Order: sequence, then structure tokens, then C-alpha cells
Amino acid sequence: MELHPFLAALIGGLCIGIAASLMMLTIGRVTGITGISFNTVSAPIQNTWSVMFVVGLVGGAALYHFVSGSPVPGLDLPLPLLIAGGITVGFGTKLGRGCTSGHGICGLAFFSNRSIVATSIFMLSAAITVFVTHHLGLS
Amino acid sequence: MKGLLAPLFCGTLFGFGLAMSGMTDVTKVIGFLDLFGNWDPSLAFVMGGGLLVTVPVFQLGIGRMKAPLFDSEFHLPGRSDLDGKLICGAALFGIGWGMVGLCPGPAIASLAYLNVEVVYFLIAMFSGMFLADFIEHMFKPDIVATETTD
Repeated sequence: MELHPFLAALIGGLCIGIAASLMMLTIGRVTGITGISFNTVSAPIQNTWSVMFVVGLVGGAALYHFVSGSPVPGLDLPLPLLIAGGITVGFGTKLGRGCTSGHGICGLAFFSNRSIVATSIFMLSAAITVFVTHHLGLS
Repeated sequence: MKGLLAPLFCGTLFGFGLAMSGMTDVTKVIGFLDLFGNWDPSLAFVMGGGLLVTVPVFQLGIGRMKAPLFDSEFHLPGRSDLDGKLICGAALFGIGWGMVGLCPGPAIASLAYLNVEVVYFLIAMFSGMFLADFIEHMFKPDIVATETTD
């Protein structure tokens, strides 16, 4: 059975919200993937909770495609774009103290003014980037 | 032990949700970010669905608890000042997200797809994080630990 994309996105979003809520209720941590992933590569021994979350993150995505049978999405982009995009995402999220999860799902729920500002800015700059690369013939 | 099984379970549910919602599909993400073009609104339901749960839990639940279930205290960022780093960082993150369509969570979850392009992206992403960390420490050597709260 194929779910409507809106419904799949809503149920997926609810899973994400439940996961972030349980993280706070059980171990008292903000589910910010920027911090969690940086902890995992920079200081895994001191942050075993981060390592466990990352292991789950990869396993959870595999589990979804295994149980649903839905095809795995590809990433067919030129290498220079992947590298430039990756560096920009990593540098920006570290400097800005968070990404779509930390600022978007958790920070907004705390009504944090830092997260409201950050989320508005990265949504807008992402939309401008897609407009420039896809509609001004620069891609 | 519970303090390790809880994040493992939460990570699994989070990764399942990312894959189900379409956040790991860069074509779909770019369609969502294409606000000024052929906009695909479906991924707005991801943040909507997430906030539908986190807003009531964080606003009504957390304040009534002295401590989380498996730890002695809540680890909350607690900052409210807006600084240039937050604004520049968020703007740069958006640019990178718009270039490829991957933000950190879906990028890591996509390791499940055993796709070498994802590995290239992640190596670049972590290089960017270490670079930002290095530059911040260079200008502020008195910071002992990095604030990896979000």
C-alpha cells in the first residue's frame, strides 16, 4: 500500500517528534544531530549516548526500507557539489549551533528565540540557494 | 544501561521517521526548498508532525519534572542572545542544504543506503565542523569544552 506523500511525511514527522521527546524525557538531552554527530566523531568515549543514537539513526533508516519495501533514494550528484555542500553544511551547523533537528524540532518547541531566528534564516537561505541554482541557470 | 538503550531506541525511531517522511530523498528535499518555483509542500508535514509532539512535551512535560528518568539533570542550552555566529552559521547551513538537499540527520541516516556519494558528503561535512570548531578555538582559546548542545 502506497501512502499519500503528505501522510507519510506526517507520520514520519510524528516518529521524529516522539523520538526527540523521549530523548528529553529519558536522558534529558536535546536531539540536535549537529552536536550528536560531532560528539560521535570527536569524543565518542565521553559521549556514548551520542554514539548509540547515531547507530540507531542508520539502523532506523535501514529498517524503514526493509519493512516497507520502498526503494532506496539515490544521490546522483557531481563530486565537487557534494564536497562543497558538505563543507558548508558542516561549517554552518557547527558555527550556528544546530540544524533542522536541534533548532527546528527541539529549539522551536522550547520557543527559543535563537532557534526561531536560526530556523527562519536557514529555511530562507536554502530556498534562495535552490532558486539561484535551479531557476537562474547556474546549476 | 537504560541511559544507552534509550538513545539507541530514539535514534532508531528518528531514522525510521526520516526515511519514511522523505527527508533522505534529496530530490524531494530540493522540491520542498523550491519555494519560488515548483514547490512540493509535503515535507512541511515533517516539521509540523514533529512539533505537534515536541511542543506539548517540552512546554508542559519538562517543567514538571525535576530530572529526566535516566539522568540526574536536564542538559539544556539556556542561551537567549543572538550573535553573529548563530546568524552566519544558519545562513551558511541553508546554502549547503540547498546545494545538495542533505542536512546532518538525513545525511547520517543515508549511510544505510550503502552509497559512496553519502560518504563523500559526510567526510566533507565533518571537515567543515572541525574547521568551524578549530577557528572558534583559535579566536577564543579559553573555551574548554565545545558547546555541543544542539
